[in-house]
Amino acid sequence: MLELREIQKYYNPGTVNEMCLFQGFNLKVEQGQFVSVVGSNGSGKTSMLNIICGSIPIEAGQILINGDDITKKKEYIRNQKIGRVYQNPAVGTCPSMTILENMSLADNKGKLYGLSLGINRQRKEHYRELLAQLGLGLEDKLDVKVGSLSGGQRQAMALLMSTMTPIEFLILDEHTAALDPKTAQLIMELTDKIVKEKKLTTIMVTHNLRYAVEYGNRLIMMHQGECIIDKAGIEKEKMETEDILKRFNEISIECGN
Amino acid sequence: MNMIITILEQGLIYGILALGVYITYKILDFPDLTVDGSFPLGASVTAMLITRGVNPYLTLPIAFGVGVLAGVCTGLIHVKCKVRDLLSGIIMMTALWSINLYIAGTANVPLFSQKTIFKNDFTSSIFKGALAPYATLIIVLIIALVCKVLLDAYLRTKSGFLLRAVGDNDTLVTSLAKDEGNVKILGLALANGLVSLAGAVFCQEQRVFEISMGTGAIVIGLASVIIGTSLFKNLSFLKATTAVLIGSIIYKACVAIAIRQFEPQSMKLITAVLFLVILILSMDRKKKVKTNA
Repeated sequence: MLELREIQKYYNPGTVNEMCLFQGFNLKVEQGQFVSVVGSNGSGKTSMLNIICGSIPIEAGQILINGDDITKKKEYIRNQKIGRVYQNPAVGTCPSMTILENMSLADNKGKLYGLSLGINRQRKEHYRELLAQLGLGLEDKLDVKVGSLSGGQRQAMALLMSTMTPIEFLILDEHTAALDPKTAQLIMELTDKIVKEKKLTTIMVTHNLRYAVEYGNRLIMMHQGECIIDKAGIEKEKMETEDILKRFNEISIECGN
Repeated sequence: MNMIITILEQGLIYGILALGVYITYKILDFPDLTVDGSFPLGASVTAMLITRGVNPYLTLPIAFGVGVLAGVCTGLIHVKCKVRDLLSGIIMMTALWSINLYIAGTANVPLFSQKTIFKNDFTSSIFKGALAPYATLIIVLIIALVCKVLLDAYLRTKSGFLLRAVGDNDTLVTSLAKDEGNVKILGLALANGLVSLAGAVFCQEQRVFEISMGTGAIVIGLASVIIGTSLFKNLSFLKATTAVLIGSIIYKACVAIAIRQFEPQSMKLITAVLFLVILILSMDRKKKVKTNA
């Protein structure tokens, strides 16, 4: 279970450009929930993810994982339980290393990176199987450098790599935004499959309203650092893209756009 | 013939330094100027130990260890004090100048009458007759190859993978639940260990410690790495570490040929011009690849 309590976040504190994003923001994500988050630019979606992962500091508040306070823990320590896929496919993989090396690197997460051989030959078949389910032909390119793959292929690898080892939370930061519609659909289906298989608690930020409605069992819409829609379970299933779009328009009018 | 042997000897010694620079410049993507201080650091420690009668072979691991310490300091300045990479190297380089003087005692320590790794009872009993002129070259070759093989082996380990990942994409290292700062410190430590080891070998080959011997060491290292990696980048069977060693020999050969035409005081100028030419040539290659692709 993940909990954000009374989060306060200011950008540029102490300057004329000071901007308050979160003022007492609360969020509770239950075990096994798949939350899709939508909202306009600057509504605090990515900031929320960064706060959960510890990439940016907060002024006040608490972040709890299964009841443990992790507010003061460094980003790399939190990542033991968190897998994250970014919008930019380049961030999730190492371009100058081969597919096999990348997979081996990710496979060792949570263990010691010592002086034993980096590639475990016995795991090679396992990696091949994992890559084969993507249907992108990567299983035959194990010795190809990841830098020469396309964005979609790299993003698929990034998704595999971040979910290879036992993690509890999966954080998806607009992970289909930089991909073409067909590849995006493929990645989205793969995401859904992995989340269901591994029973991961997932938070997915997306600008694709259809994905937000179709996938996951809870939907949140954010605006100016607050949740203005929060529907879970049956209520969420009843929601349509039109409903969200309508609310979007209302916000825009409020803001004077 | 003599000239070729000298080129090979010095090329391989600076090749060890270039292996260190390869770690920081190519793998970590960290412009590490500590090299100008850690190269004479290895030499000053060696000179100090040898004049006190320590076994010359022992100076090699000790010099490596001292270099590791210098690298760790640069890393700590960069990672913990959040000083920019270039500046942390400059700070350490400046500090090491005085530290080297403290260690060696003076700016110039001759080792002509001392036993070194090249000239002792053991080597003179092995290298006899026709083999004698090649003694230094063979020993240097062995040391350089051992360094290369060990570095290759290390880069294939899990820890080595992490090191390669941190220069490539440090966010991924954080995602793997590892502190990227620690990995950077480790890389700097290894690199400066190798550089310091090169300094130890160099001062025994020259039979003298000179405080200014490190000036421009980073340029030689960078030039060797860039020559090696850009010249042989299409030969995939050749490991980058091998390419760097060959690059260092090529560089030394170029300098030796150039210096025969000019006066000795123009050496640094030739070095600088040569480096510039190499940089421009390697850039040109990149452009060609782009337009062809």
